[in-house]
Amino acid sequence: MVSDTKISIKNLYKIFGNNPEAQVEKVVSGLGKPELLEKHGHVLGLNNVNLDIPAKSLQVIMGLSGSGKSTLIRHINRLIEPTAGEMIIDGENVLAMSKDRLQDFRRHSASMVFQKFGLMPHRTVAENAAYGLTIQGIDEGEAQKRSQRWIDRVGLSGFEKHYPAQLSGGMQQRVGLARALTTDAEILLMDEAFSALDPLIRNDMQDVLLDLQEELHKTIVFITHDLDEALKIGDNIAILRDGLMVQEGSAQEIILNPADDYVTDFIQDINRTRVLEIGSVMSDKKSTKGPKLDHKTVIEEALPVLSAEHAEHAIVTKDGKAVGTASLDAMIQAIARPKNQKSDKQYK
Amino acid sequence: MDFLTDFPSLGRVTLLTFKKTIDGAFREFNRAYGEYIEAFFDPLLWCLKWIDWIFVHMPWPLFFILAAGLAWLGSRSIAIVIGTIVSFALMGMFGMWKETMETVAIVSVSTALCIGLGIPLGIWMARSDRVQGIVTPVLDIMQTVPSFVYLIPIIMLLGIGKVPALIAVFIYAVPPVVRLTNLGIRLVDSEVLEAADSFGASYKQRLWGVQVPLALPNIFAGINQTIMMALAMVVIAAMIGAPGLGRIVLKAVQNQYLASGMMAGLAIVALAIIFDRVSQAYGKRLQKHREGGHGV
Ligand SMILES: Nc1ncnc2c1ncn2[C@@H]1O[C@H](COP(=O)(O)OP(=O)(O)OP(=O)(O)O)[C@@H](O)[C@H]1O
Ligand SMILES: [Mg+2]
Repeated sequence: MVSDTKISIKNLYKIFGNNPEAQVEKVVSGLGKPELLEKHGHVLGLNNVNLDIPAKSLQVIMGLSGSGKSTLIRHINRLIEPTAGEMIIDGENVLAMSKDRLQDFRRHSASMVFQKFGLMPHRTVAENAAYGLTIQGIDEGEAQKRSQRWIDRVGLSGFEKHYPAQLSGGMQQRVGLARALTTDAEILLMDEAFSALDPLIRNDMQDVLLDLQEELHKTIVFITHDLDEALKIGDNIAILRDGLMVQEGSAQEIILNPADDYVTDFIQDINRTRVLEIGSVMSDKKSTKGPKLDHKTVIEEALPVLSAEHAEHAIVTKDGKAVGTASLDAMIQAIARPKNQKSDKQYK
Repeated sequence: MDFLTDFPSLGRVTLLTFKKTIDGAFREFNRAYGEYIEAFFDPLLWCLKWIDWIFVHMPWPLFFILAAGLAWLGSRSIAIVIGTIVSFALMGMFGMWKETMETVAIVSVSTALCIGLGIPLGIWMARSDRVQGIVTPVLDIMQTVPSFVYLIPIIMLLGIGKVPALIAVFIYAVPPVVRLTNLGIRLVDSEVLEAADSFGASYKQRLWGVQVPLALPNIFAGINQTIMMALAMVVIAAMIGAPGLGRIVLKAVQNQYLASGMMAGLAIVALAIIFDRVSQAYGKRLQKHREGGHGV
């Protein structure tokens, strides 16, 4: 993965209310969301969020309802004005752009997929897919010709003349995806794009997205509150709580070292054997005994191999070279569920 | 006890001077500016006369073709087209052709005026809560003040004639199209608007590409009501000089011509039904895309 930073979020604050600027200082000096609401009648949307998103990666943002996910993603294309902070994209602060520059940025550099699809009900599938191009001033015929490729790519060939109301939810979101891809923007913003779909369709759509990403290498910011979805598609996961970013890292890091009880609760119910990779639980010790397994092998697959060979260790390899040793003990310890420090959920 | 039963009014003399002052001031205003105001409305008068002339002098078969064509374009329903032709034929047979044409002319012009001014006003209202706050009570007043009350200053300023009649119809009929344009635009799904914004739509692209098209069914409901109200005003408009079916009714009231009054009344009802059915059917077709199901 190339690790040039594409999107850099710096000290971002968003406070909703009549006089948000006046509240920033209180938040900076440690006032939390419940207190701000109770004492000052303002809603804390984002609290000092800092996040670097590498180019061509898929960044997942998670959190419970009301934690500020939608607010955060809408700052990236500035559908929401910040109270304080910076949003540097390709070296330019989006939050300081002029109106014209921002319009240009939205037309060419970032496109968005919405939870409830946000399709234009009076435009056909073909017209919807071409929407971004018509907004750029390309005439409807040419725009539709160019968007046809994406209609085909998301599997909607033959439905060009249908209206959104005539399609199922999954198909509507394919239109939403095609519309976002048509502008060739390098950044794709997806706000719970698959949350409204039923599980099977959602799974399909995740595969569609992963296939596309393999081919297109966009910088994708993907919001979800479904951990399984996050683990399936995300290179990196950031977790928000009450507008505060409580942890950020790879799925493996978060599962092995949850930052606090909130995160611990989040990862309670996942199947750890199926997610954790031996590369995350290995030690640097070199060993010559045992089967050789790639560092990406999940524990669920590693255990039967060890057991079949009556081995205590596996040699962890990366690109064919040994990089460390994963012991049976380490694997078993890793799959034990972490316990909440406090019995009652104090963050509620 | 007298004090409690007789309300302490200002007194006859005071009230009289009060009223006289207002009337005098208005007359003064009229004397100073009446001419300019009349000149201001001249283009309207010219336009009205011209359209009136076209309808009255149009060969009736041509009118039938036009009416049937429009009814078909609007409704795509054979039943409505036949109903339209039969109604107009009956009005002609009973000797009201010229009056019917005059009524169609004034209703068309006033509807066009209402749409031309009402829709932009509605759009402006939807854009700004301040404008909405100011315009809404004005519309309330326009709809509740008895029309005879605003006829007085209109007649004082412009005399009896087609333009004052048109203005009276306009005041009565414009509120629905303004209100429903405003409402329709405000009701547009915010996520769809957000999507338009996220793709960098300009203000104009947002208005004409999303808000107005999605508000169209509501705007059409407003236009439909506006037409109905314009038709409802034709008798009152006749009192201050509008030609047409209303004048027959007025004459019938003054002379107790029962049959003639009834016929003209029925003709107005028939016109209303035609306008209503055609414009409603058109409005419904506009929102076809909202229905689920297949087959485009
Ligand atoms: N326009 C607004 N005015 C006031 N408060 C707002 C506004 N928009 C969002 N909020 C508040 O900001 C907080 C974060 O909202 P946000 O929509 O970002 O949450 P979310 O994480 O996307 O939740 P969900 O999973 O329900 O979509 C919430 O407490 C919400 O009530
Ligand atoms: Mg949300």
